[in-house]
Amino acid sequence: MRFERSHTRKAVALAVVSSLVLLTAACGGGDDGGSGNNGSGGALEGRGPIKFATGKDTSGNLKNQVDAWNTQHPDEKVEVAELPESADQQRNQMISNAQIKSTEFSVLNLDVVWTAEFAANRWITELPQDQFPDLGKLLPTTVDTAKYRDKLYAVPVTSDGGLLYYRKDLLDKAGVEVPKTWPEMVAACAKVKALPEGKAINCYAGQFEKYEGLTVNFSEAVNGAGGVVVGDDGKPNVDTPEALAGLTALVEGFKTGFIPKAAITYQEEPGRRAFQDGNLLFHRNWPYVYALANKTDGSSKIAGKFAVAALPGLSGPGVSTLGGHNYAISEFATNKATAADFIKFMSSEERQKANVEKTSQAPTWASLYDDPALNKQFPYLAPLKASIASAKSRPKVVKYGDVTTAIQEAAYGALKQPAEKDPKQTLTDLQTKLSSLITQ
Amino acid sequence: MADAEKAPKKIDVRAAEAPWYRRWLPLIGIGAIVIFCLVPFYWMVVSALRRPSDQFDNSIIPKRWSLENFTDVFQPGTGFGRALLNSLIVAGTVTILTLIVGMVAAYTLARLDFKFKNLVLAIIITTSMFPGISLVIPLKKLFSDIEWINTYQAMIVPSLSFALPLAVWNLTAFFRQMPRELEQAAMVDGCTPAQAFRKVIIPLAAPGVFTTAIITFIAAWNEFLIAVSMVNRKDISTANVLIASFTGTSGRDQPFGSQMAAGVVVTIPLVIAVLIFQRRIVAGLTAGGVK
Amino acid sequence: MSESASAVEPTPGKKVRRTSFNEGTGRLAALLLSPTLIVLLLVIGYPIISALRESLYISGQRIDADGFVIEGSQFVGLDNFAAIFSGETGDRFWNAFYNTTFFTVTCVVLETVLGILMAMVMHKAFKGRAIVRASILVPWAIPTVVSALLWKWIFQADGIANEVLGTQILWSTEGWQSVLSVIIADTWKTAPFIGLLVLAGLQTIPDEVYEAAKVDGASPWKTFTRITLPLVKPALLVAVLFRILDTLRIFDLPYVLVGPNKASVETLSILAFLESNQNRYGPAAAYATLLFLYIVVVAYVFVKLLGADVIGEARVAKPKKSRGKVGA
Repeated sequence: MRFERSHTRKAVALAVVSSLVLLTAACGGGDDGGSGNNGSGGALEGRGPIKFATGKDTSGNLKNQVDAWNTQHPDEKVEVAELPESADQQRNQMISNAQIKSTEFSVLNLDVVWTAEFAANRWITELPQDQFPDLGKLLPTTVDTAKYRDKLYAVPVTSDGGLLYYRKDLLDKAGVEVPKTWPEMVAACAKVKALPEGKAINCYAGQFEKYEGLTVNFSEAVNGAGGVVVGDDGKPNVDTPEALAGLTALVEGFKTGFIPKAAITYQEEPGRRAFQDGNLLFHRNWPYVYALANKTDGSSKIAGKFAVAALPGLSGPGVSTLGGHNYAISEFATNKATAADFIKFMSSEERQKANVEKTSQAPTWASLYDDPALNKQFPYLAPLKASIASAKSRPKVVKYGDVTTAIQEAAYGALKQPAEKDPKQTLTDLQTKLSSLITQ
Repeated sequence: MADAEKAPKKIDVRAAEAPWYRRWLPLIGIGAIVIFCLVPFYWMVVSALRRPSDQFDNSIIPKRWSLENFTDVFQPGTGFGRALLNSLIVAGTVTILTLIVGMVAAYTLARLDFKFKNLVLAIIITTSMFPGISLVIPLKKLFSDIEWINTYQAMIVPSLSFALPLAVWNLTAFFRQMPRELEQAAMVDGCTPAQAFRKVIIPLAAPGVFTTAIITFIAAWNEFLIAVSMVNRKDISTANVLIASFTGTSGRDQPFGSQMAAGVVVTIPLVIAVLIFQRRIVAGLTAGGVK
Repeated sequence: MSESASAVEPTPGKKVRRTSFNEGTGRLAALLLSPTLIVLLLVIGYPIISALRESLYISGQRIDADGFVIEGSQFVGLDNFAAIFSGETGDRFWNAFYNTTFFTVTCVVLETVLGILMAMVMHKAFKGRAIVRASILVPWAIPTVVSALLWKWIFQADGIANEVLGTQILWSTEGWQSVLSVIIADTWKTAPFIGLLVLAGLQTIPDEVYEAAKVDGASPWKTFTRITLPLVKPALLVAVLFRILDTLRIFDLPYVLVGPNKASVETLSILAFLESNQNRYGPAAAYATLLFLYIVVVAYVFVKLLGADVIGEARVAKPKKSRGKVGA
């Protein structure tokens, strides 16, 4: 880690020099745009009312959080600008505001995968790390998502990691252990299917529709088999035997019926529905499912009959893909000092705790996962902490949209029946495609 | 009104003398069309009337009826009532402006002889050929320069321009069908051209005018892309934008029931408007004994 | 901006015979048309022109050594257009072009047939027709946002469509089923639009015409083809023309119902959106421009072939009919 950092610092120094050269060379071509690019992140100045752009407040708790801030800071009130539910729409609204350099939004609630793009386009302000001393108390993987080229651009406020939901009642009945690997899971399902009550059940499903969730599931399969999609050096390295083993497991799953055919259309919600209706033995999904599947109002047929575990890998523990949201300050905001204080406030232990209690969103504050009261309320916190702590980020690249589209395209082509390409060819082609996308 | 129903009735009389299939075929046709139109809507209403816990039930009739989804939609704090009002303000203004501006333009195109008429018609229709999604960013830039972001006019003016081409073309077609002798007769009686237009042509063209009104209103009521891009303040957002921002309690779960309930709530004013206006469409005929 | 309007001059000595109408006709026309033209040119014309300009530039595609996107845009001439037609992108473009055309032809034909049927039904007098009218218009009144959600749910793997049909079709996967689902949803939603416009056309046909036809002993089919259709033709053509313009730009339904990056239902609008979604505004504007040109051509051909009543009448019929009548 330390080695890496000093290494990067040298690279950055070099880069600054070379970019200066480039800048002088390119100066003829119009304005040089945001000049706040002096490394250390410009001073965060200006106080007053600000606007916080976020996806719809899902729990109603955001209002409490913001109210708490507003009563303490009557001169620096925060107004919430609610964006549409779809992530695409949220991102588009934020980008179009940045395009016209609008001062409208001050604090942006960014999906972790957008951080690189927003940072590289200078749509968000670099944050001086010394002003955010609490970062060390957050789960390191989550802090990593807020950085771009080793500089801090945001503060992680919520996180997310994949969990394996399983039917505890059926596993107990069949007398099998909770599987820790993919082959164990296959064997466990075979045993459950031998039971009279397990005859009709489907074994496993994740999210395999062609959308962001497929990138998540594909990456988990590859990472769980010891491979990578994009390596730590930032270079794609997906044409490997490990990655092939991971993808092949999924492909075989579809071929043998271990994964039901309909799963190729599953996003989070259809999968959750299948699990809640008792049609799935194992299900990969996010923590939000826990409370919903445990509802006793009749919506879930499996309330009290399931439990969660860490994701299984191919031959060892699995690796989750990291989700979550980071708060960043718009480059064009006027009251940046207020914005920074608001972000500190929202990411504080006290506020995060209040948020977990109300919303079941995964916190980024490490110690909250060990809080006994919370653990009692949310029994999945322990496996979730493990999942997040060992989770892998999706590629931190400026053109993330192109990269994820390429991954989805490849994975979908291999998984759908009949498949477009065999797994080996899929990965070779994906490697070529990613290399052309990421080198630029 | 009575006059209006005369002609179709006569056709019915003939149908009664015809063999049985002539009598029944239209009825079967009507039934089929109504079913085709209403079945998906029925599914929407039924989904809205299920308890949230039975949301994913596929039974044709809900096992337990519930208004919970509707009460969810109107919970204080969602601002849905306000959003409905905003939709009404925007769509209402757009409709009135479109009709006024569009009728004047259409009448001009239908009656006055001047050069470049076809060019004007062509320019007008050309503006509805550009993909809407590509208009958003330039428009946003324009509106932000003139500080229109978060105003009603930022939604009204684009909707107006989306509605005008169809309104002008449609009304032009209608006005052209009116015989010119009508205005001339009116003017012989001492009307000015403007009066002739208002008192003779508009009433006669009422089916076209009200149809245009309905279509404009519905299109403006349903407009989403501009409304979501130009406005980020909840108190002037339209109902459509609000529906798109509905989520469940965790952000990932989709509150399908309340979305459908909101959809029903948003649709019903339109159905009522259609019921009111459709009388006027027919009423246009009462003055129709002209030719 | 308003040159087309201000360029309109009264044509001297042409219509002296006409009272009231002819004094400064051109100027009057310009005055009356100016509100429409100003709104359109400002709100649509300006964005169109800025998009056309954008399509010749490229911006934000290169990253400096520091990891920042290099700002400023660069003039690239027609490169963005050339890129669309080359290699893999070319295949994708032609596939989208085909899909767009296929959707337009299929949907508009189905909608026209259904729409005319609906108009006839709404026109008929019978008990409870107000209810029938309202119910026919319901699909058109439901916001697109909501109806796309509704259909998405109907076509879910465990949705009601599969349950009613007793099938296990995965509607959102690539292939005929996703195409069909888009066609069904689109036809359902917009056939009433045509129905409504045609109904208005039907209402302006005087009863006497039908009575005369009856006296002549015309069959219902003959009445329909010889009287009804020609008389509603102007309204019908306007309706169909605008449906064509809309369907050529189809975006929401395939995008929401089936999803992005699905070759079976990818249309030109979706391509333009996806490009701008990746911040490639130049190529996105190029796609939009190509689509725009395609629509212009289609509309022109349509009006030329069928639209004499709609637009051509001004030119063709004017000298004979209207002036002759006026003179008499």
